[in-house]
Amino acid sequence: MTQVHANAGLDPARTDFYQQLLRQMLLIRRFEEKAGEAYAMGQIGGFCHLYIGQEAVAVGAIAALREDDYVTSSYREHGHALARGMSARAVMAELFGKATGCSKGKGGSMHLFDAERNFFGGHGIVGGQIPIAAGAAFAVKYRGGDQVSLCFFGEAAVNIGSFHETLNMASLWKLPAIFLVENNRYGMGTALERASAVADIAHRATSYDIDAEVVDGMDVLATYGAMERAVNRARLDQMPTLLDVNTYRFVGHSMSDASHGTYRTLEEVEDNKKNDPIGKLCARLLDDNLVSHKEIENLDSEVIAEVEDAVAFAESSPDPEPDELFTDVYQD
Amino acid sequence: MAVLTYRDALTDALREEMERDPDVFLMGEEVAEYDGAYKVSRGLLAAFGAKRVIDTPITELGFAGVGVGAAMAGLRPVIEFMTFNFALLAVDQIVNNAAKMSYMSGGQFTVPIVFRGPSGAALQLASQHSQAFDSWFANVPGLKVVAPATPADAKGLLKASIRDNNPVIFLEGEMLYNTKGEVPDGDHVVPLGQAEVKREGTDVTLVCYAKSVAPTLQAADTLQNDGGVSAEVIDIRTIRPLDTATLVTSVRKTNRCVIVEEGWPFSGIGAQLVDDIQREAFDDLDAPLLRVTGADVPMPYNKKLERATKPTPQRVIDAVNQVTYTA
Repeated sequence: MTQVHANAGLDPARTDFYQQLLRQMLLIRRFEEKAGEAYAMGQIGGFCHLYIGQEAVAVGAIAALREDDYVTSSYREHGHALARGMSARAVMAELFGKATGCSKGKGGSMHLFDAERNFFGGHGIVGGQIPIAAGAAFAVKYRGGDQVSLCFFGEAAVNIGSFHETLNMASLWKLPAIFLVENNRYGMGTALERASAVADIAHRATSYDIDAEVVDGMDVLATYGAMERAVNRARLDQMPTLLDVNTYRFVGHSMSDASHGTYRTLEEVEDNKKNDPIGKLCARLLDDNLVSHKEIENLDSEVIAEVEDAVAFAESSPDPEPDELFTDVYQD
Repeated sequence: MAVLTYRDALTDALREEMERDPDVFLMGEEVAEYDGAYKVSRGLLAAFGAKRVIDTPITELGFAGVGVGAAMAGLRPVIEFMTFNFALLAVDQIVNNAAKMSYMSGGQFTVPIVFRGPSGAALQLASQHSQAFDSWFANVPGLKVVAPATPADAKGLLKASIRDNNPVIFLEGEMLYNTKGEVPDGDHVVPLGQAEVKREGTDVTLVCYAKSVAPTLQAADTLQNDGGVSAEVIDIRTIRPLDTATLVTSVRKTNRCVIVEEGWPFSGIGAQLVDDIQREAFDDLDAPLLRVTGADVPMPYNKKLERATKPTPQRVIDAVNQVTYTA
């Protein structure tokens, strides 16, 4: 690939792709802002964990996948669902608990699923999804397929047993799995250094003889590049990878958590906001003349309209019928 | 009809289902090269190879979760716990993931998986290796719970469990593996959720399952021979879904009922059965329902103390004498 700009390494031939990444990040940002508003108005209940600040991780990572690959995530998964191509309508309606939601209103914010897109959820127990993603990778290998299985989890999950049990098996059995740590530096209110004897998460991979890479998760293209390498290891060599993707959430852990004041300072949050992944990509594209201010404005208007449509759809959708209470407990 | 051990009947079920469906595989500790800690998987590695009979590290939470993920991706895993005591390490995967995946995905995902292995007390294995968690699992919507008592049911119910599209907890009796019985030839499948009347009677209904079936049948024989009391014995076979209709029909006939189980009494399976039966057959009852259970203690090691914890034919007879007011 000819690189026109040595510094940035952006390829003008891929302008559409870059713009698509930008659009997805903007969609997630606008979606989450709206979800926060709807939560404040009581339209969304329960726990709601917003993804604002971390958009480059989901978008960059999932862009490196094929449609038939598998994605499994944690409870902070609105962004992953949208990046996977689930409609803003289906996701917003699920947050509203409506019958038209992707999980028929039975899952909510933490349990988004889409079988058609091999989107395996939406899991509320820290680390509980890690062996599930390995199970999907196991199934691929069992059938002799060439899909890969991508698992998202936070850095606080690397101290739970399922992380270690799964990485051991994934390495032992050479499973086509990618374990992507969204390292936003805080497990709820506990800083990484206060919870992990080994704070260098990539270093954990050496325990299981797994390749690892530290990634700038505020840079969507860096995330995409690292994922491409991990996907190749999984798809071509059936080897797992641990990615330590450094990111930052600009908002609280959940809606009941202030963005700063207890475990992190306003100054720290503001410093990190200067590193906004959307702003960074915009700046690079503008620098290289691969997008104009006007085009960015248009993209933003588009996704705002998409999110407003999703809210209107969710608001006007019906609650599940009362007899839905007892369906789906068992399958025929 | 062949006479088989309970163990060999299980092995046959696994072999036949693996032959029938290439998506069925067996995973667990020592299932492959060791031929199974209790030899239930004997010969399966040789027959199906390491791709389908998979030894795991000692990592119950991990491999239970791998099974759930594989099931979501369309395979039909059979996950062996060396004993169900070790399944406690995997409860997060069983309860939070296997049981709930269908519901919380709005029915998009099925988890056709069987978690199987020996359950309950054996001999002098003490507190951590002698436990019946039947009621723990039966409490969870989304799980089915099966506990066969005979070789025929072991085979037929395991085959049905593997074909079921839901997660099934399949509790094998550690003390039953060597017991023998006739097993129908051919593709013998016993549907889940159907109790079996093991012995017809008119004076009292004795409800039991798994390891408690043998002492209950012995008690029924003694009651008939010694006192002319005619006991109807019902093996529920599947704890969830429960065949309440068969129980209620029997109690309406006999007007008396004793429930026998190996587990602890508090919130046990018998407590649930009592609730179901009294609501459906209250006006037919001539005596309070009684339960014979394991003692409400951690299992002691000492042989005599251990014996004192378990349901015996005599304890069943004593309970029957109470409900028939002949004590």
